[in-house]
Formats: sequence, structure tokens, C-alpha cells
Amino acid sequence: MVPLSYYLLLGGILFACGVTGFLIKRNIISIFLSIELMLNGVNLSFVAFAAQWHALSGQVFVFFVMVVAAAEATVGLAIIIAVFRTRETLNVDQVNLLKL
Amino acid sequence: MTNSLNLWLIPLLPLIGAAINGLLGKKFSRQTVVSVALAFCGAAFAMALFVAARFSSLTLPHIESVAPWIRVGSFQVDFAFYLDQLSIVMLLVVTGVGFLIHIYSVGYMWEEGGFYRFFAYLNLFMFFMLTLVLASNYLLMFIGWEGVGLASYLLIGFWFTKDSAASAGKKAFIVNRIGDFGFLIALFLLIKHFGSLNFAEVFQSIAPLPPEAAAGTLTAIGLLLMLGACGKSAQIPLYIWLPDAMEGPTPVSALIHAATMVTAGVYMVSRSHVIFDRAPSALAVVAIIGTLTAFFAATIGICQTDIKKVLAYSTVSQLGYMFMACGVGAFSMGVFHLMTHAFFKGLLFLAAGSVIHAVGGEQDMRKMGGLRTKIPWTFWTMTAATFAIAGFPPFAGFFSKDAILWQAYSSPYGSWVYWLIGVITAFLTSFYMFRQWFLTFFGEYRGEAEHEHDAHGTGHDSSSHGHGGIHESPKVMLVPLVILAVLSVIGGWIGSERFGGFLAPVFHFALPAAASGHSEPALSEGVLTVISVLVALLGFGLAWLLYYRRPQLPKQIAQALGSFYDAVLNKYYVDEIYATLFVKPLVDGSTRILWHGVDQNVIDAGLNGSADGAREVSDTVRHMQSGNLRSYAGWIAAGAAVVIAYMIWMGTR
Repeated sequence: MVPLSYYLLLGGILFACGVTGFLIKRNIISIFLSIELMLNGVNLSFVAFAAQWHALSGQVFVFFVMVVAAAEATVGLAIIIAVFRTRETLNVDQVNLLKL
Repeated sequence: MTNSLNLWLIPLLPLIGAAINGLLGKKFSRQTVVSVALAFCGAAFAMALFVAARFSSLTLPHIESVAPWIRVGSFQVDFAFYLDQLSIVMLLVVTGVGFLIHIYSVGYMWEEGGFYRFFAYLNLFMFFMLTLVLASNYLLMFIGWEGVGLASYLLIGFWFTKDSAASAGKKAFIVNRIGDFGFLIALFLLIKHFGSLNFAEVFQSIAPLPPEAAAGTLTAIGLLLMLGACGKSAQIPLYIWLPDAMEGPTPVSALIHAATMVTAGVYMVSRSHVIFDRAPSALAVVAIIGTLTAFFAATIGICQTDIKKVLAYSTVSQLGYMFMACGVGAFSMGVFHLMTHAFFKGLLFLAAGSVIHAVGGEQDMRKMGGLRTKIPWTFWTMTAATFAIAGFPPFAGFFSKDAILWQAYSSPYGSWVYWLIGVITAFLTSFYMFRQWFLTFFGEYRGEAEHEHDAHGTGHDSSSHGHGGIHESPKVMLVPLVILAVLSVIGGWIGSERFGGFLAPVFHFALPAAASGHSEPALSEGVLTVISVLVALLGFGLAWLLYYRRPQLPKQIAQALGSFYDAVLNKYYVDEIYATLFVKPLVDGSTRILWHGVDQNVIDAGLNGSADGAREVSDTVRHMQSGNLRSYAGWIAAGAAVVIAYMIWMGTR
């Protein structure tokens, strides 16, 4: 059986990739993908713990996260389309109307 | 309370009048203002008469509690009213004289601006004064005490656009604060030692004490109460505000600064006689202060040339007599003099107001003279009052002053020294009052020619009195004068014996076991009476000689006396001494330490410093708020990393 720490390490790597991508990418869609990557890193650690401790609640949580992520994806993609229609760009550095 | 007299109505009625006139009076016509003010003040007088009529059927003291006020543990203070022989006398004097002066003011103030304001204040004063005399505990009394001070302040500064009036008002208020401070500390001591402020309870717990027990406490309370009385009743060393208070309109001087408010101190000391009876040293202080004030103020009165200032110093002096009476344990004689004084001094002020009215706002007696035939009603009423205050029998002042002098001489607390100074003061009183009488009404008129009266509108009450010709005052002013003149004549006929007998139940604790070893007085009452009448005659004669027969003599005497005369003329420089001793150090200290030191260097510096600091910090920090989405995300990630690192570190420890 694969030890727990492997799963956690993989989850951490996925999360770190997500954070890095979130910070360095300029395209909104790439940032969005990075968020999904972070969520799935977390999901992985949830299921790993759930399997380790035989606790169902961890797996239930993963479902919640997936549902929320799906809802977020619909809203987020709609926003992205709206942003593109008004600004004609997906570069976040140029979407800075709130800046002082 | 089957036998309720609704005492609460008596103070409340003038308050309603004050509220109506004060809030709505601006839109009223003068007639409406007058009818409101007179109706509510008259109603209070009628209530007082009604109470007096029912008086004999009451069990005294009659206490009516209206509503609870403060209840903390066993300590309680209620809105309650206390009626006994002492308060009924005060009640009748205050409402009666007050009502007459209200009537007089209608004529006197008719031409003035702020008419409604004046009557609102006057009614407000009546409310507080009646609260003061009817209160059944020290705290409610204190409310009235402060309230009359407020009304006094408002009315002294009635012509607030005039600088001297405004500062006279402030002076009266501030000097009174010093006295009130003493009063307040006395109340705290009463609460601490007797756990109550109700007259009935306090006196009941003190009365059984032998004179030696708790002497220190009671002396302290007595002295502090006396400090309060000194402020309100203008005794040494706090008398300086009263002469300046003459800046107010003349009816105010008559009502507040002669007849009623300034006698509040005498009332308070008499009310607290149980405390003073057991504190002989405090009582002696009362007598000494009273005697000194009576003499001191009388000497200043001799040199004053302003008709109202003479009366002001005379008031201070007569109040001194009242305190002298209280101080020798003859409280009922003090109250007797309070009553007769309210009649004749109220009348003197009103008559002086009538004179000022007649000569178009002039207050300097040197510019009057010969007014006897021109304003006969004023002349005759003022004559009655002058004879009354000088102590000629059978006028009212004779009976009360004589009773005080006799008590000062013969009472167990008395001494011939008090009597001697009292008699000298009586002589001075007679002299300066007749000096005023001769200067004002006899000889030649020394003012400007009559047709010029329109021109000099700069004088005191003159803002609108600048009308031509010397003329008698309107009837509405003369009627109160005549009534008060009648009272000044017959007010003393009740006699000190009967008056003292009436008040005896209130003062029945007084003079516990007449101090042993006091010998029979060497002189009988009859001899003393003859002496007082003689000195009154002597004062009259001297005034007649100096100001009627040989009017050039006073100047020569003044020159002969030189610097002493100057000192008296300048009121012994007391105001200047106080200014140097107290006012200037206070102002300097406040400026240097409190203003430049504390306010600018500590409070302002601290406040501005923290504001500057906040700005500098935010100047640095605001660069974080770049608006760049990824930098925010970076901060979040960094923050999360720090939190996680911390938790890992905590977990592995």
C-alpha cells in the first residue's frame, strides 16, 4: 500500500504548482486553471486522510469542494467572457480599473 | 395624606409662567407677557395665603412628599416640601414682596427690550426661591440655592451687551461658587456622619447629642454652611459681588439682591440652627462675621455716590445684622429683621428705581436734589423706608434692629462688643440713609437742565428712559411702593416678642441650658432702646448738618481725612486686593501652566503627534495597496505560508 506521506507530498506539489501558476500567469484562464489545481491538491489530501483514518467525512468534503468548484467555474467563466467582451483582453495587468 | 395642601404647586406655578414666557414670549404682545407673569406669580402668592389660612389647623412641621428622587441603600432624598413657622414666614415674604415687585417691573421695564425674557427670568427666580424655602432636605434646598444663583446671574447680566453688566454677572456667579463649594462639602459631611439630608432626620439625630459630642464634625459642618451663606448673603469675605450686582435692572436689585435671595443664607443658617446650637465656635464665627460685615459695609456706604450702590452696601450691612442675630442664638430675631428688611429695603430699591426713572437714568446722587416736590409719591414712600431702616420708632426697622441689638447684648452667646459695634453701625446706617435722602430730595436740583434729558441716553437704566422732564412714575409702579411703605411702617408692630413666640416651636432647641455663669445684663432693654433711638437721631442730625445745612462741609472733611477718605471711597481697595491675591495668580497660572504647559505641550502635542505618526505609517504601508491582483495574491500566499509555518512549528515543539 502506498504510504500516506506520498499522497500528501503529491497534494502539496500540486498545491504549490497552483500557487506558483496563480502568481506568475497573466492570462485569466491560466489563473483559473491554477485555482483548480490548488483545489485538487487539497482534495487529494482530503481523500488520502479519509482512506487512512477510515473517516467518511473527508470524502464527503471532497464532493462539496467539487460541487463548489463546478459552480465557481460556471460563474468564473461567465465573468471571464464578460471581461473579454468589455476589455478585449484577458491580461490581468490590464484589468486594473480599481487601482488608485 | 388626607390633609394635603399641594405645596408642590407653589413653586411650580411660577415655573409654568417662566416656561410659557421663556419659550413662547417672543411672539407675545407685552400685555400677554405681563398677564402670564403676573397670573402665575399671583397664583403662587394666593396659594401661599391659602396655606397661611390653613396654617393653624396643621400639625407642624407639615411634610409633603411628592415623588421619590434618589434612593441608594438606606440613603434617600425625595422631592418633598417642609412647612413650619419659619418657611411660612419666608413663603409669605417671598411671594408677597415678589408679587409686588412683579407689578412694579411692568411699569419700570415697559420700554425695555427683552421684555418677555425679563419676566421669564423673574418667574424662574420665584420658582427656585420657593423651592429653596420649601425644601424638606438639604439637597432640594441646594437645587433652589443654585437656581436662584442662576436666575441672579441671568438678571444681573440682563443688559448683556453692556460689558460691565456681563462681567458683574460673572463675578456674582463665580464668587457664589466659592460659597457653594462650602455648602456642598457640608452636605457630604452630613451624609457621611448622619446618613441623611432630610431636615427632620438630621435634626433628630443631632438633637439628643450633648454639646460636646461630635463637636468637631458639627463645627466643621457649621463653618462650611456659613461659608455657603457668606457667598449667597454677601458677607465678608465674599460680599464683593453684591455691589456690582447693581448692574441689573432695579426691580432685580430689589427682589433678588435685597429682599429675597440674599437672605437665603440667613434662612439656611436659621434652618440649620440645630447644628449651630451644638457648635458654639461656628456660632461665634457667624456672629463675628455678621458684626464685622455690618460695620464694614456701613462705612463704605457713607462715601458712595451712586444711589443704588449706597443701598447695596446698606443691604450687605443689614444682612450682617441678621447674621449677628443668628450668631448670638437669636435666630427668630434674625428672621424678624429679614422680614422687615424685605419690606423696607425692597421699597428703598423700588423708590430708588422710581427716582432713576424720574431723572432719566441718572444714578449719581450728586446730580439729583430737590426732587421732593417733583415726585411726591416717591418721596413719601422713600421717606417711610428711610426712617424704617434708620431705626426710628414706630417704623418696622426699629423693632427688629432693636431686638437684635438687645439680643446681641443680653443673650448667653452675646457680648457688649457686638452690641457696641451694632450701635455704631446703626448710627452709620442712619447717617448714610439720611445723607441719601437729603442729597436726593432736598436742596437744589443739580442735574442738567430738564430739556437736555433726551440727550443723555448713556446712563444706566437709561436705554429708553431718555424722555423729557422730571416726572412721577406711572401708577403701576406707585401702587407697590405705597403697599410696601405701609408694610415698612406697620411691619414691626407685631413686636419681636410675639414674632419670636410664633417662631419658638422651630427654634425650641435653641439656647440649650443658657450658658452658666452669665450675669444679668448691666443695662436694661429700655436703656438700650433709648440709646439706639438716640444714635438714629444723631445720624439724622449729622446728615442734616452736612448735606442740608452746610453742604460745603463734606468736601472739607474729605480733604482733611486725606488718604483714609480715598481708601473708603475706593471700598478699601478690596476688589483690587482680591484681584492681586486670587484672580491674577489664577489667570497667570492658568495661562502658563494649564494653557501653555498642559494644553499646548501635552494634550495638543499628544494629539497632533499621534495624528502625524498615523500619517507616516500609512504613507509607508499604502504602497502595498497597489491594485495589482497578483501582488494581492502573493500577499495572501505569503500570509498563508507564515500561518502554516507557525502552526507546524507549534505542532512540532
